[in-house]
Amino acid sequence: MAHRIYVYLDHNQGAALPVSWEAIGAARQLAEQLGGEVVAIVVGSQVEALANLAFAYGAGTSLYIEDASLAHFEPERVAAALAPALADAELLLMPDTSRTRDLAGMLAVDLETAVAPDVTEFQVEGERLLATRPIYAGKLLAHVEIPAARPAIFTLRSRAFTAPAPDESAQGQAERLAADVPAALTEVLGVRQAEGQVSLTDAAIIVSGGRGMANNPALQPPAEITDDKEREIWRAHQGFKLVGDLASALGAAVGASRAAVDAGYVPYANQVGQTGKVVSPDLYIACGISGAIQHLAGMRTAKIIVAINTDPDAPIFKLCRFGVVGDLYEVLPALTEALEEKLEG
Amino acid sequence: MKIVVCVKQTPDTAATVTVEDGRVSWGDSPLVLNPWDEYAVEEAIKTKEAHGGTVTAISLGPERAQEVLKQALAMGADEAVLIHDQAFEGADVGVVSVALAMAVGKIGEVDLVFFGRASVDSAAGLTFAQTARHLGWPLLSQVAAIEELDPSAGKLQVVRLLQEGRQIVGSPLPAVVSVVKEINEPRYPSFMGIRKASKAEIPSWGATELGLEAALEPRVIWPSITQPAKVETTCEFIDGESAAEKGRRLAQRLIEEKVI
Repeated sequence: MAHRIYVYLDHNQGAALPVSWEAIGAARQLAEQLGGEVVAIVVGSQVEALANLAFAYGAGTSLYIEDASLAHFEPERVAAALAPALADAELLLMPDTSRTRDLAGMLAVDLETAVAPDVTEFQVEGERLLATRPIYAGKLLAHVEIPAARPAIFTLRSRAFTAPAPDESAQGQAERLAADVPAALTEVLGVRQAEGQVSLTDAAIIVSGGRGMANNPALQPPAEITDDKEREIWRAHQGFKLVGDLASALGAAVGASRAAVDAGYVPYANQVGQTGKVVSPDLYIACGISGAIQHLAGMRTAKIIVAINTDPDAPIFKLCRFGVVGDLYEVLPALTEALEEKLEG
Repeated sequence: MKIVVCVKQTPDTAATVTVEDGRVSWGDSPLVLNPWDEYAVEEAIKTKEAHGGTVTAISLGPERAQEVLKQALAMGADEAVLIHDQAFEGADVGVVSVALAMAVGKIGEVDLVFFGRASVDSAAGLTFAQTARHLGWPLLSQVAAIEELDPSAGKLQVVRLLQEGRQIVGSPLPAVVSVVKEINEPRYPSFMGIRKASKAEIPSWGATELGLEAALEPRVIWPSITQPAKVETTCEFIDGESAAEKGRRLAQRLIEEKVI
């Protein structure tokens, strides 16, 4: 039986997120196993170029819904525009992003179907499609199925599937679909971009700091800072500067443990762990993080873990490929400098 | 203002969870108010304190889920409702969101419904989007701050934490808001609050009270749950005369092993 496997391409102002192409990669694999073709679908303002680009990644058909009023993403309106186009679809894959979780949930209500979110793997068993999704922040794996409701919707975790290498010779013209876009419910009044930061969930390398970032007695805060808490935060900021230096040398994202966030050293957006972001980079460098179970749950699927900690018994070392027992204030600058030399040389 | 906050009972995040006979087990670990929901309860109470009105906490679950409703009451919620029925056993997100939307409808004239950003157990993070869709109300997800709220004009303005940065959004009321940790610092229940909550009688609404006519079948099934394969790693500790020396050797090993 031939399937049309739909892939929704999530984008920021017309630029696809890397995980959108990873979803196309997953769809191509399923198309090989189940038989069928990959259909890309894009919704937004000025998205024709993106829809055309989907052919290079292996879409057999590409569809787009264009509406100037969709320049700001609103899940209610994108769901309403998209639902009719998917009425006969059997399978819809979506990249899992801060936009698509809301959209997938609403689409499922509109189409009277269901979503299995945050999928990291698929298994095809005859005509059945089973999806693996981590639960309890990866402490367990649920193998789930949407047996009857259609389209079965799955959102795919960043970096769990491989994006195909684009084939520039595969070109095509995407087909524009007419759609009724309802009036906006909400109004976007402004956007403050996070500038120059690498997104944690997309990052190939993450350098994280923990509570240990503040433990440098040799550093003396300026005398005008008298409050003990502020002196501690000042120390931690000096530590996080070193983490930031290593991260920029490697083009990495900066993460933090919950302890570091709760202590006020860094914003919540940087938190990795069960109540923060769950990440799976190629390389995770944990600095001054002992490895509470909640933190390990958020990064244990990293391919290679490195830890720098003064305590040789820190639980984090149990997951590590490389470990350094030592003062991160001395280890980090030497590591960064040595890496910069090698990477430049 | 009439404010509703939806909460769930989950195992503690420090729990060691395992699979026993195909079911999730958390051993002797306590069940708690889902940590992300604490921020939702706090924001609901703060909103009430600033603008007046009532906070009703609702939870769908077994009878023991009353404990987390009592915690919400102890923190300062005014009322609580448990949604409990055999019909909801094995409910998936789709079923839960229909029931919650109907409960909000039954409470009536609600202005704001708060949720946490996900539960720490099944972590679907879909319930608020589906509840909002059933209600037909705007959804404001990943909210890191409520900047303005004008109940008489029926308007609110929030800051949302997105992958690409912060988005400032204005919305009419009623609306559904899911909050992230950054939004506040949840309070501890007061002694008086705990005393009041311990005496509270929490009403229980079943499918009939909600007005559900037909049984709702879950659309997602979980044929199996497994424990991830233990990754066997041996940590190679980097030696060196000094910490700086260790740092340089680590750089060398990372490059030798083609990690970087």
